[in-house]
Amino acid sequence: MTHLILATLLTVMTAATPLLLAATGELVAERSGVLNLGVEGMMVVGAVTAFIGAQWSGSPYVGALFGIAAGAVFSLAFAFLTLTLVANQVATGLSLTILGLGLSGMIGNGYVGTPGIEMNAVAIPGLADIPVIGTLLFRHDVIFYVSILLVVGVHWFLFHTRAGLQLRSIGDNHVSAHALGMPVLRVRYLAVMFGGACAGLAGAQLSLVYTPQWTENMTAGRGWIALALVVFGSWRPVRVLIGAYLFGAVSIGAFNAQAFGVAIPSQFLSSLPYLATVVVLVLISQNRRLTLMNTPACLGRPFVPDR
Amino acid sequence: MRLDIEKRAAPSRLFTVLSPFIALVLTLIAGGIMFAALGKNPFYALYAFFIQPLNSVWALNQLAVKSTPLILIAVGLSVCFRSKNWNIGAEGQFIAGAMMGSILPIMMPGWTSPLVLPIMLVLGMVGGALYGLVPAILKAEFNTNEILSSLMLVYVAQLFLDWAVRGPWRDPQGFNFPQSITFPDDAILPSVFPPGAAHWGAVFAVIAAVATWFVMRRTLKGFEINVLGESERAGRFAGFSSRRMIYFAFLFSGALAGLAGICEVSGAIQQMRPVISPGYGFTAIIVAFLGRLDPLSIIVAGLVLGLTYLGGEAAQISIGLSDKVSSVFQGLLLFFVLGCDTLIHYRIRLAVRRPQGEVS
Repeated sequence: MTHLILATLLTVMTAATPLLLAATGELVAERSGVLNLGVEGMMVVGAVTAFIGAQWSGSPYVGALFGIAAGAVFSLAFAFLTLTLVANQVATGLSLTILGLGLSGMIGNGYVGTPGIEMNAVAIPGLADIPVIGTLLFRHDVIFYVSILLVVGVHWFLFHTRAGLQLRSIGDNHVSAHALGMPVLRVRYLAVMFGGACAGLAGAQLSLVYTPQWTENMTAGRGWIALALVVFGSWRPVRVLIGAYLFGAVSIGAFNAQAFGVAIPSQFLSSLPYLATVVVLVLISQNRRLTLMNTPACLGRPFVPDR
Repeated sequence: MRLDIEKRAAPSRLFTVLSPFIALVLTLIAGGIMFAALGKNPFYALYAFFIQPLNSVWALNQLAVKSTPLILIAVGLSVCFRSKNWNIGAEGQFIAGAMMGSILPIMMPGWTSPLVLPIMLVLGMVGGALYGLVPAILKAEFNTNEILSSLMLVYVAQLFLDWAVRGPWRDPQGFNFPQSITFPDDAILPSVFPPGAAHWGAVFAVIAAVATWFVMRRTLKGFEINVLGESERAGRFAGFSSRRMIYFAFLFSGALAGLAGICEVSGAIQQMRPVISPGYGFTAIIVAFLGRLDPLSIIVAGLVLGLTYLGGEAAQISIGLSDKVSSVFQGLLLFFVLGCDTLIHYRIRLAVRRPQGEVS
C-alpha cells in the first residue's frame, strides 16, 4: 500500500514539475509588469529543441540546455515587440503561442515516433537512503531538483534582495521607478527572458522526462495552466508551488481513475484539469481584495520612457 | 545604437493605411528566409504557398470556405476586443455552436422540413452564445480573468465533442468510425453558386461584417463599445455599464462563433467529426487584428488568412513541408502586424549613442 501511494505521489511530482517551472518563470516576468501569454509557445519550442538537442548530442542534459536557450531566445521576440515597440501584450503573447506551436510542429516533423533519450533519476548520496522521504524527494531527475531550487531562489531574490525589490517596484509603478533611475526596460527584458528560459526548461522536462518523445502540441495547454497558477498563487513562488502540486494531483487522479476503470468517459476525466483551473480561478478572483493587493499594478501596461 | 520611440501628436494617417501591407511584405520576406533555411527554393515555395492555390474556380471556392468561419468569428471578436474583453475561447464557442446545431440532424434525421436548416442555424448561434456566456458571467460576477477561463473552456469543448462523436453520436452503420451520420439533405447549407463548394455561410459572413460595421460606426451601441474600450471611467460617466458590456460582447461574439461552427458543419463537412476546426477560433484573432478590428477590413484579412490554410495544404503536397507552415505564417503575420502598428502612434528612430561626457 505504502508503495502504491509513494508511486502515485512520485508521478504527481513529475506531472507538476513542468507547471511549476513555467509558472515560476512567468511569475518573475509578471512581477516586473509584463504579461506574457506566450508561455505555451515558449514551452513547446523548448520541448522540441530539447528533444532534438538530446538526439544530436546523445545527452539529455545538453538537450535541456538547448531547451532553456531556445525558450529564452524565443521570448526575446516578445520582449522586443512589447517593450521596445510597445505592442499590445495580450495579442503579442497570443501570436508567440501560435508561432511557437507552428514552428515546433515544423521543426519536429521528422522526429515524430523517434525514441527519445530519457533523463534518468539521480539519487542524492546519503539523503536518498532515508526511508520514504528519500524515495519521495531525493531520487528524481535533475530538472525536478532545479524546479525546487528555482522556487526557493526566486522567493529569495524577489523578497530578500535589492534587485528583487527593484523588479517588484518596476512592476508596481514603472513611472516612479523610471524617475528614480531604475532601468525599467532592461529589467523587463531580463525578466521576460528568464520566463522564457523557465518555460523552455519546462518543455524540456516534457520531452525528456515526462514522456521522452516528441509529439505535436505535446504541451496540451500546460502553458496556459501555468499562467492560471500564477494568479492562483497570487504572484508568490511558494503558493505557486502548492498550486502546481495540486494540479499535478488532479491530472494524475484523473489518469489513475481511468486506469482503475472508473465508469466515466475518459474525455470527461481528461477535461478535469481544465475545469479545475476555471473553478480555482473563480474562487481566487472572487476575493477582490486579495487579487488587488497582490497583482502587480502595472501588469500589462505599456511603458515609453521619456528622454 | 538603440531604437527610440516617441509618441506622435496624432496617429499617422499614412501608416494607418500602410502598416498592414508592410506587415504582409515582412511576413513574405521572413517566410522566404525560412523556406531557404529549410533548403527549398524560396521563390518557388512562396509561389506554391500563396499564388498557386488561387489558380482555379475550385480553389476560389475553397478559399471562400476557409475564410467564412474566420470572418464570422473575427467580426464578433472585433466587438469584444474593442470593448477590451479578451475572449480567446472562440474555438470553444465554435464547437459548442456546431454541436448545438447538429442536435437536430443527428437526433432527428427523419424529420424533413424546410424549417430544419433555419432552426439549426439559430440553435448554433444559441449554443455559441451560451458557451460564451460562461466566461462572461465569471468575469462580470466573480472578477475572473476571461482570457484564461475562455481558453480553458476550449479544451473542455474539444474533449466533449470527441466524446459525443465516439459515443452517443456515432453512426451505427459507420463501421465504428468516429463520425456521425451524414446530414440529411434538409440539414445541409446549400452552395451559393452550385456546384461550387462555397456555401451560404460566406454570405452570412459578409452580412455580419457590414451590419457590425454599421452598428459600430453609426449607432449609440457602437459608440458605447468604443468608449468603454478606450476608458471604462469615461464610459461610466456617460452612463454606460461595463458589466452589461461584458455580457453583450461575449454573447455577440459567441453567437457569431457558433454560427460559424454550424455553417462549417452543415455547409462544408456535412457530418460531425472528432475534430471540426483547424484552429479557426485562434486564427480569427489574427484576422481581427490584421483587419485592425474594423469589420469591413476583416473581410479582406479573413481572405488573406484563409489563403494561409490553402497554402499550407498546397505546400504539403507540392514541396513536402509540414502543414504547420500555415501556423508559422499566421504567427509571423500577427507579429509583424502588431509591430508595424507601432508606426501609427509612434515615431521610431535609430539613436546612435552619444560619446560619453557630451551633454545633450
